[in-house]
Amino acid sequence: MNWRGNALRFCNVAGLPVLEPFVRLAAGEDPKEQMAGIAKFILLPIVTVGIFLGLWSLAAKTIVTGSAKLPGPAATWNAGVELFEMHQTQKAADAAMRQEKLNQAVVAMAKARLMDEAAAKSSGEEAEKYLASATAFRQEAVRAANFVPSSAPTFVDQILTSLKTVFFGFAIATLIAVPLGVLCGMSPWFNAAMNPFIQVFKPVSPLAWLPLAGLVIIWAYSGSTAGETFFEKAFLISAVTVSLCSLWPTLVNTTLGVASVDKDYMNVAKVLKLSWSQQLFKIILPASLPLMFAGLRISLGVGWMVLIAADMLAQNPGLGKFVWDEFQNGSSQTYARIAFSVIIIGVIGLVLDRIMICLRNMVSFGNPSPA
Amino acid sequence: MTQAGVALTVLALSGCAPDSVTLEDLEAAAAKVDLGDLDAEQLLQESSTKLDLEKTDLKFGFIKLTDCAPLVIAKEKGYFADEGLNVEIEAQSNWKVLLDRVIDGQLDGAHMLAGQPIGATIGFGTKADIITAYSLDYNGNGITVSNEIWAKMQENDPKLAVDQPEHPITADSLKPIVEEYKQAGKDFQMGMVFPVSTHNYEIRYWLASSGIHPGMYTAQDITGVQDADVLLSVTPPPQMPATLEAGTILGYCVGEPWNQQAVVKEIGVPVTTNYDIWKNNPEKVFGVTQQWDQQHPNTHVAVVKALMRAGKWLDAVDEDGVFLNRQEACEILSRKDYVGADADVIDNSMTGTFVFQKTDVRPMPDFNVFFKHNATFPHYSDCVWFLTQMRRWGQITESKPAQWYDEMAKKIYRPDIYRQAADLLISEGKLDPNEIPAPDYDGYRAASTDFIDGKSYDGKDPLGYLASFEIGHKE
Repeated sequence: MNWRGNALRFCNVAGLPVLEPFVRLAAGEDPKEQMAGIAKFILLPIVTVGIFLGLWSLAAKTIVTGSAKLPGPAATWNAGVELFEMHQTQKAADAAMRQEKLNQAVVAMAKARLMDEAAAKSSGEEAEKYLASATAFRQEAVRAANFVPSSAPTFVDQILTSLKTVFFGFAIATLIAVPLGVLCGMSPWFNAAMNPFIQVFKPVSPLAWLPLAGLVIIWAYSGSTAGETFFEKAFLISAVTVSLCSLWPTLVNTTLGVASVDKDYMNVAKVLKLSWSQQLFKIILPASLPLMFAGLRISLGVGWMVLIAADMLAQNPGLGKFVWDEFQNGSSQTYARIAFSVIIIGVIGLVLDRIMICLRNMVSFGNPSPA
Repeated sequence: MTQAGVALTVLALSGCAPDSVTLEDLEAAAAKVDLGDLDAEQLLQESSTKLDLEKTDLKFGFIKLTDCAPLVIAKEKGYFADEGLNVEIEAQSNWKVLLDRVIDGQLDGAHMLAGQPIGATIGFGTKADIITAYSLDYNGNGITVSNEIWAKMQENDPKLAVDQPEHPITADSLKPIVEEYKQAGKDFQMGMVFPVSTHNYEIRYWLASSGIHPGMYTAQDITGVQDADVLLSVTPPPQMPATLEAGTILGYCVGEPWNQQAVVKEIGVPVTTNYDIWKNNPEKVFGVTQQWDQQHPNTHVAVVKALMRAGKWLDAVDEDGVFLNRQEACEILSRKDYVGADADVIDNSMTGTFVFQKTDVRPMPDFNVFFKHNATFPHYSDCVWFLTQMRRWGQITESKPAQWYDEMAKKIYRPDIYRQAADLLISEGKLDPNEIPAPDYDGYRAASTDFIDGKSYDGKDPLGYLASFEIGHKE
């Protein structure tokens, strides 16, 4: 079995060329050359990160204003550890609370039974009273059993909310941008018709879209109360804002990809008398996938950036709200927590990008490019 | 009831995740519970006094200020839970977002500026019917100026240049500085938190009582800077110290802990509190939409009951008049999901003192009043005071008859709901009838001259009060 070939292919497709020298070293290739690779991709970055941390510590000592100081790497790390500990504590407390509510539910149920028995022993108006009370206790029991803790979302909760929102918004954007892009690419007339909208709306900042997105969502949800609807309003407002800002790179790249399908392929299609849908699914889409994914990758990156800004402005749950709330807290922990969030936001952005690279490489023909 | 019985059955239940507990599971578990000597009649009594709640999962909004304390305490001390309510409390980024989210139903209710239900009802800014049945607190604001302005005020009035200057400090020594700015063609900028906030009216009151014009609102221009000597702009509370430090504004009026923050961080000096401007002035209220109240009347009463108990807990004192629970309240409020500032900054003002300067720490037991002096009752006269100030500064564009003020107050302030909640608490033995206004009280506090300019305010005579001011609309 050619494990070396497979491992190398995995490194390439997953967008992790960093691992390549290790694979080659393990396979017994020239160690000197591989050590050079390790030095370049692993040791050098470690050194530069080290220098960065050093400069950061130095800056943390100097940047001190009347109201705050820049947190150093250690303070930031500690703040991060504390945030995750707070998450653990909160979840444990929530679980205990649910257990207690379950106890209450059982007791209320027992009380309901007692009232039923009392009703059976009495008659007339009194029995009715007992029965009504039994129903009330049963309702109380069901309510307690269905209890959902109302504690504020923790840092980890906010990360999950942000991820959910960005994927949802990105999915909407993709569903709009890909079909539109295909149509634009296939028909110069349609492209000309869409062009003004693409040109005008593409450069609009998320913060300008946000109030309008909010207005539309609130209009769409008027008449329904919170909890009744499938999605939370705030979630949709953020997601729609993400969509509005992130659909453009996909749209433009898909158009380009479709428009630049090799003419030879199209001629072959004509010779074979392929139907329109066959042309689309057998030739145009596969041929334009690499460019389309390049667009999707940029879109997801834009969406992640937009989401954080939208959270901050609209107070929608997520990492942006976390950062903004911390800024408003003004406690001695504030800036360390914000610095930690910045790093987490960056790391998540990196991971999202890697996922998209991986997807793109999986659909690309020939040699996948590493980044 | 026997605890052992409960513990055993729950053990059997805890095997499954709470989501998957079915009614049958509950019935089965309940069958094994021994309620001991619990009497059916006694239980009937208990269940008949319970409110039939329309909604039990609630979400309330708040702004990161210490006067959101009653909401936080009602949650953390279990008073909401006692009423069968499961309440989430969510910080909002500014007063506009908070109000909009209450109006469109994302929030069930919120910690609001007392002026917000009034402004919304009369249609200044956003128009919506908002009511309040519970006043969260009295006082709690301060006016802070930058170190530079304070130094100049001390130059103008040498009596201020001591460790403990005499209080109250008026804006008299600020007037020459404002004039100097005006002559140099520079804007004198100060911050307040919202156009219909107590802070806006208080800083205007303070400035105008020394003859400094804070600017008028007109039908065409709703920025409130017509004829202004001092330009007042909106800055969200937590951003006040940073904005002062950045030099965008030279002073501000805001609630706690944002004045004490300026002292601790040495970026500004609080010159006066709103206790000096008007003793025991209304500050925040608990607001809901009228529609929400109509749909959830019993839930509303239950919420007010919990808030009353929280207010009482916050103001509890021992025989020597020392607050029993304020330190604990500060610890709770300092959590990052609530006010989030450090506990030692919050307790500067919350535990009965106020730090004007590091050399000037004064006892101020009434800096935050959450319960005593009938602070929680929605007094009509408090609403009328806001209406007079809205008219005075032109937010109400036309002059109105005295009767209109009374009608508006009765539409927005709802002591009837407050009374329902109080009666229930009294019957449960959790409240003393003496702790709330007598049943024959008409909702108008007695006329008072406890103002920095010594003027007399009688809520029953709003037009007379308006006519007594030198600056602003007089009728």
